[in-house]
Amino acid sequence: MNSVPLLSLLTFTPLLGGLALLFVSPARSATARRLALAVSGLVLVLTLVMLAGFDSRRADLQFVERGAWVPTLAVEYFLGVDGLGVTLLLLTALVTPLALLLSGRVEERAPLYHSLVLFVQAGLVGTFTAQNFFHWFLYWELSLVPAFFLVRLWGGPERGPAATQFFVYTMVGSIAMLLAFLALFLATGRFNFPELAALAADGGLAAAFAGKLTWASLSNETLALLVFGGVFLGLAVKVPVIPFHTWLPAAYAEAPSPVTMLLTGLMSKMGVYGFLRILVPIFPDQLRAWLTPLLWLAVLTIVCAAAAAFAQRDLKRLLAYSSINHLGYCLLGIFAALRATGDDARLAAEAVAALNGVVLQMFNHGLTASALFGFMALLERRTEGRRNCDDFGGLRQVAPVFCGLMGIAVFSSLGLPGLNGFVGEFLIFKGAFPLAPWAAALSVLGLLITAVFLLTLMQRVFHGPLNPRWASFPDLTTGERWLVGPAIALLFVLGVYPQVLVGVFDATITATAGRLAP
Amino acid sequence: MTSPAAYLWLIPVLPLLAAGISAVLPRASRRWAAGLAIASLAAGLGLSLMAFFATVGTASHGAVAHDPRNFPWLSLGGEAVRLGWVLDPLTAVMLVMVTLVGLLIFIYSTGYMAHDDNFTRFFCFLALFAAAMLGLVIANSLLLLFICWELVGLASYLLIGFWYRQPSAAAAAKKAFITTRIGDLGLLLGMVWLYHETGTLLFYDDGRGCLEHSALTQLATQATLGGMGLSTAISLLIFCGAIGKSGQVPLHVWLPDAMEGPTPVSALIHAATMVAAGVFLLARMYPLIAAHPVGTPAETAALQAVTWVGAITAVFAACIAVAQNDLKRILAYSTVSQLGFMMLGIGVGGVAVGMFHLITHAFFKALLFLGAGLVIHGCHEEQDIRRMGGLRRWMPVTFATYAVGMLALAGFPLVFSGFWSKDEILHAAHGWPVSKVPLYLGLVGALLTAFYMTRQVCHVFFGEWRGGNGRTAGAATPHESPPVMTVPLAVLAGFAVLLGFLGTPAWPWFQAFLTGEELAFKPSKLFAWEHLSLLLASSCLALGGMALGWWLYGRRPLDSAESPDALAMRWPAVYRVLAGKFFVDELYEATVVRWHAGWARVCDLLDRWLWGGAVLALQGIAWGLSWVSKVLDEFGINLGFDLVCGRVRRAAGLTATLQDGRLPNYLRALALALALLLLLLTWGVKG
Repeated sequence: MNSVPLLSLLTFTPLLGGLALLFVSPARSATARRLALAVSGLVLVLTLVMLAGFDSRRADLQFVERGAWVPTLAVEYFLGVDGLGVTLLLLTALVTPLALLLSGRVEERAPLYHSLVLFVQAGLVGTFTAQNFFHWFLYWELSLVPAFFLVRLWGGPERGPAATQFFVYTMVGSIAMLLAFLALFLATGRFNFPELAALAADGGLAAAFAGKLTWASLSNETLALLVFGGVFLGLAVKVPVIPFHTWLPAAYAEAPSPVTMLLTGLMSKMGVYGFLRILVPIFPDQLRAWLTPLLWLAVLTIVCAAAAAFAQRDLKRLLAYSSINHLGYCLLGIFAALRATGDDARLAAEAVAALNGVVLQMFNHGLTASALFGFMALLERRTEGRRNCDDFGGLRQVAPVFCGLMGIAVFSSLGLPGLNGFVGEFLIFKGAFPLAPWAAALSVLGLLITAVFLLTLMQRVFHGPLNPRWASFPDLTTGERWLVGPAIALLFVLGVYPQVLVGVFDATITATAGRLAP
Repeated sequence: MTSPAAYLWLIPVLPLLAAGISAVLPRASRRWAAGLAIASLAAGLGLSLMAFFATVGTASHGAVAHDPRNFPWLSLGGEAVRLGWVLDPLTAVMLVMVTLVGLLIFIYSTGYMAHDDNFTRFFCFLALFAAAMLGLVIANSLLLLFICWELVGLASYLLIGFWYRQPSAAAAAKKAFITTRIGDLGLLLGMVWLYHETGTLLFYDDGRGCLEHSALTQLATQATLGGMGLSTAISLLIFCGAIGKSGQVPLHVWLPDAMEGPTPVSALIHAATMVAAGVFLLARMYPLIAAHPVGTPAETAALQAVTWVGAITAVFAACIAVAQNDLKRILAYSTVSQLGFMMLGIGVGGVAVGMFHLITHAFFKALLFLGAGLVIHGCHEEQDIRRMGGLRRWMPVTFATYAVGMLALAGFPLVFSGFWSKDEILHAAHGWPVSKVPLYLGLVGALLTAFYMTRQVCHVFFGEWRGGNGRTAGAATPHESPPVMTVPLAVLAGFAVLLGFLGTPAWPWFQAFLTGEELAFKPSKLFAWEHLSLLLASSCLALGGMALGWWLYGRRPLDSAESPDALAMRWPAVYRVLAGKFFVDELYEATVVRWHAGWARVCDLLDRWLWGGAVLALQGIAWGLSWVSKVLDEFGINLGFDLVCGRVRRAAGLTATLQDGRLPNYLRALALALALLLLLLTWGVKG
């Protein structure tokens, strides 16, 4: 069936596009912009073509492309997507053009900027399609380097330290993960995710380690745990899980808003994706052994991030913390699902619900957070970078459409039913409450605090008497309305009829949950 | 002809469409927005009436018929999450009430809001409000009910904060949304728990629904934490939602602040939509709340909780209302108090008792709020009742209709609906085996209600006009409003009287309709001592309260707006506490709000110093290590290398000086070397 290597096309389109952009003269920013948009549009079309050909009833990998790369090191060129991968590819294909469209004002070194954005996209597509660690890790890192330069070169006043911290922090996590995978390779001789998962399902990794790997006379279990710890660290930094998150607020706040859209909408999903693709299938025993502390970490992430968001005055920092909070629900869902056992069919069904909720939440958060940072981009354009929530007041009076549309995105973020955010959170809580009652009961506090700080944001920025400084604040132009309109419409569609999306990944997730609780 | 149940979904969808369309209409299309909203609700009223008449007489064998229509919404791992709607007497009664009261309020609003810039947006939000409430009413799934429940919250947020330029309105909107959300968290947890235990959230599903016999038996017999029945635990969580939405103590604080919205919104919130939702939720979930294993008392722990919360709220809020001076705020506290009565009614007497008061209250409270709107309009946006007075002369229609509403609320005997519905509640409380205290609290509440309403009416409509001080005479004169606003009042006044006769003890048609019991006309019941005694007692209390109010406030009206309150002169300390609303807001400000802000600061500081500090410390260690290696490099390894290099170079320099290119020097050196060699050789030979 593989007449056209669709996934390779999908990866190389933005890569080649980014390379081509490097040859555009810096003076011709309009050309660069158009070219980048065309490339990301092409990616969107290819993704839709792939989606049309995707059989959502199957749980296995589809559109598989395999070829030997470095046979002695078990490195293969191995691409394939299941429902999870397709969902995230769709998100990537949707958010990237939106971010490009909203970065209209980049004049300085525009070709480089657009090329870096396309490189990020290529890295993301690669991450969501690669099934061999080596090759996956290349893309994982490939997305980081251009993101660093995007923050470093086009960011706000504090961009230097923010970018460095972002890069170094993520790099430390990546190195830990790399070392862990090297150990895994030494022990098992494998790099392909499906094979490693099968190995883990057969008898656990610790058994596979027996006699293969010796280090400082540690037991096999301890070694397996160390390897798990390395991978966990790499992913936890990316999501991020509190306390591995301190790079995030600064990076999100200092990056130009369209780049923050990529960071929060897409790159944070790489972490959760890694949890679902690597940690849960390959290290279920280790995760289960540490489940209680991990659940507490998820609760901590949810509640503390929400509370910290309330204390922020910089709108972008506030939204950054809100992002951490929203991804915390994903972690809660994943960890709770691990509590399901095969003995209880009802609990197994709850695990399916929780994991479905997690994937839905990933997509929804990607969309909503991108929309919110998109509004930040529009706001900063009008205020020359001012975005302290005490700087404003009464903007609804002069910009009712801006306020209305951003209000929709805000309410989607706080989980109002009828908009997309609710469905994922409902499914996560539906699954997590029976599986981990206390963690779920504490986590609902996050829902409350989210409402508090988001409504406070609306109150301070849009309500009350008009701050005279912004008396001539322009409302959304027709062009801008057309830009954010489709995104907002999508929030409604996914809120009212989530089955469109759930149908894509349900089979994959059901199979994943089934393997968890055999 | 198919059953009206098939078309039931249209009732909320029509106003939703109206809201959607007017959301994108330009600001100038005022007629369209208002027309669409009113037409959609009128159509909804027609459909509701059809549905209502279709349900009359469907009951059989003491049980009402439920006609559910379900559809799948989401499918997960082979299981479907289903939603649906249901037609039964409870739904039908609520539908008619909401559409009728809503329609009258909409019509009134076209007059009331005629001068507002955002008229179009206002009708968009109103239609959304009605749609959400109607969806909540027809929902046959707790999930769909929850979805609509939250949308009701959204619409109230938008409408309370409609005049968003006033900081107080923006703050009140936020407060309403957040306070009700506290309760919603409980509801959410209760919902997911119920979902897990029963495997469905559909109320009625041919015997498999969560409110049907098999599920209830299972829930009632299983025990959970601390031996509490599962049904009790879930009911209590669900009750949290009702506490928030229906403004019960301790989450009542948002409701009085919600007065910041335009008056029609207040009427809608207090009568037809928002706060009724909480009581309706309990009525809907009543089978679950009342579920108990065979052989245990029928007064389940959950029902007792409902009763006590209701009774306490009824008195608590009535006390506060006694000492308020804001026209709408008095009505707001009276709503809180009346909602307490409804809760009490559900707790002690079941669905029919609570719902009867809900319906009658909806009509007379809408009447009172719309009347208050006219008073405020007529007095040029004055809301302080001390600055009014003597209005009955300028506003006769308003006065007449307001008086009807006031008498209904105060429970004036025999003629008015409020009397009959309140009497039902007191009667049920009288028969409650657990405790008589709720009955006494209810009686005190009834007395206070009559008292504060009389005080308000005396201040507003009797005595001399005290407003307009310091303003021009022309602008200060109160005036009557046009018919578009007074006609809805007259209609509501008619219902405020007539509805009572549907539920008298002699002919309890309403109760029979809701519970499906046999209906019989028994006038003799009225004169049985157990009924008569309570009828007499509540009549005496109502009349006594009114007399007391008249004696304190009507006999000698206020001379000026600044003269002190009659109650304040007698008991200043009590009055201060009541006027300060028992300082609940201040208490929350000092505790919950401050704790929250403190917790947020702690988290922020943790982030900056602990987690951030740990990162900085790691960074410091990394710096330190690299510094040490630098030192080692430069002074350990490099220095040694450099030293050697330097010496070599210096040595090289020295040797270089030897080779200076001068032949005599070379020859001299050669000669010297030769001499040395000779010496060495001779020495060697000798040795």
